[in-house]
Amino acid sequence: MADIVDARAIHKHFGPLHVLKGVDLTVAERELVFVIGPSGSGKSTLLRCLNRLEEPTSGSILVDGIDMLDKRTDINRARQRIGMVFQSFNLYPHMTALGNVALALRKVLKQGRAEAEQRAQAALARVHLADRADHYPGQLSGGQQQRVAIARAIALEPRVMLFDEPTSALDPELVGGVLQAMRELREDGMTMVVVSHEMGFARAAADRVVFMADGMKLEEGPPGQIFGDPQHERTRAFIRQIERH
Amino acid sequence: MSNWDRFLDSFFNLRVMADQLPKIVDGFFLTVVLALCIVATGLIAGLLLAVVRALGIRPLNWLIIFVVDLFRALPPLVIIVLLYFGLPAMGMELSGFGAAWLALSLVLMAFAEEVYWAGITAVPKGQWEAARSTGIGFLPTLGAVVLPQALRMTIPPLTSRTIAITKGTALASVVAVPEILGAAQAGVSFSFNPSPLTLGALAYLILFLPVVILGRWIETRFAWKR
Repeated sequence: MADIVDARAIHKHFGPLHVLKGVDLTVAERELVFVIGPSGSGKSTLLRCLNRLEEPTSGSILVDGIDMLDKRTDINRARQRIGMVFQSFNLYPHMTALGNVALALRKVLKQGRAEAEQRAQAALARVHLADRADHYPGQLSGGQQQRVAIARAIALEPRVMLFDEPTSALDPELVGGVLQAMRELREDGMTMVVVSHEMGFARAAADRVVFMADGMKLEEGPPGQIFGDPQHERTRAFIRQIERH
Repeated sequence: MSNWDRFLDSFFNLRVMADQLPKIVDGFFLTVVLALCIVATGLIAGLLLAVVRALGIRPLNWLIIFVVDLFRALPPLVIIVLLYFGLPAMGMELSGFGAAWLALSLVLMAFAEEVYWAGITAVPKGQWEAARSTGIGFLPTLGAVVLPQALRMTIPPLTSRTIAITKGTALASVVAVPEILGAAQAGVSFSFNPSPLTLGALAYLILFLPVVILGRWIETRFAWKR
């Protein structure tokens, strides 16, 4: 089976900072890959390179066979296949939950209002928020907002979902609902790349865990191996530190 | 004649006022038309400039910033006079109304552009990223996601700025436009009595007091509710 994500030798410089130093990342269809590592390790930047929210300095990225870094690639078409969920939700505050989900359907897929809203409603139902469709983001809890953001991404039926610390901005009691939505996505066979510190979720749901530090991928393997028997000293130190909390 | 009587005769001479009222009323409506034209063109041109600036084309942005700073720095009266007396020398005849409209539109455009621009840059980057990550292009993102939020933030400062600049319609009297002040001054010369100025002041109050109150209402109505 072809990989959905095939990123090779990704380098990224921010001015004098070399934040990604030749990282490879492949993700197979229906695979859930967890990216962990200390802050500043470049894991979020790597994720943001995958849909070209950040422009890598060099390297190659294929997503579902599309060359993301080719200037001739229609980036807007390519991004339809890549859903992204952000740490700070980034819902449009002037639109209802339904409006948030329907916007891309109307602007990108050029669906009519009725069709877009019907599909948006279905996406909201998948994250158990069908009854919140006419609420504005300000009227929703953080966890609900993040689930709307998930619905907004999956409404386009992407081939892969990128999660950039989806629960880091949430109060602890709201994390569960978001993880549940992600778990259900996974059960539906969604290919996912998750940058997160939710180690319990990684252990339970991830197929593979990638450990990054200082802009490099130091280690990767099944969660049992990474958490139970890490090979690299940096990984061991990181896991120890996380477990202490 | 006591001082008080002299004062009343100078500023509240009812006979003169009755005589001059029709001219002031004409001036009132002329001011309304001029103000509406300025608000329409100024705010739309300002928005267009801000949108072009958002495209981020370097040389174009330098040009926009230059034009905007120019019209923010020049006194509106200077621009009116330059357009009215200067353009004919270049073979372009402009009426007093046209010169006042164009000059004040340019000034409002310049200030409005800065306000819109501030609003656009105040919308969090995450809003752009969220929309762009779903495949929505630059301009639809600007139009559907960023501008609605930016415009909402800009309404209070824009309202007060717009009121301040539309009051500049009084400057059009300098280039012989019979708007409120022009009509009042003509009335003064005609009747050798300053009472028409009182009428003019009243006319300005009738015109702008509701606008100021409307502005206050708009500002509270559009206060950002999250």
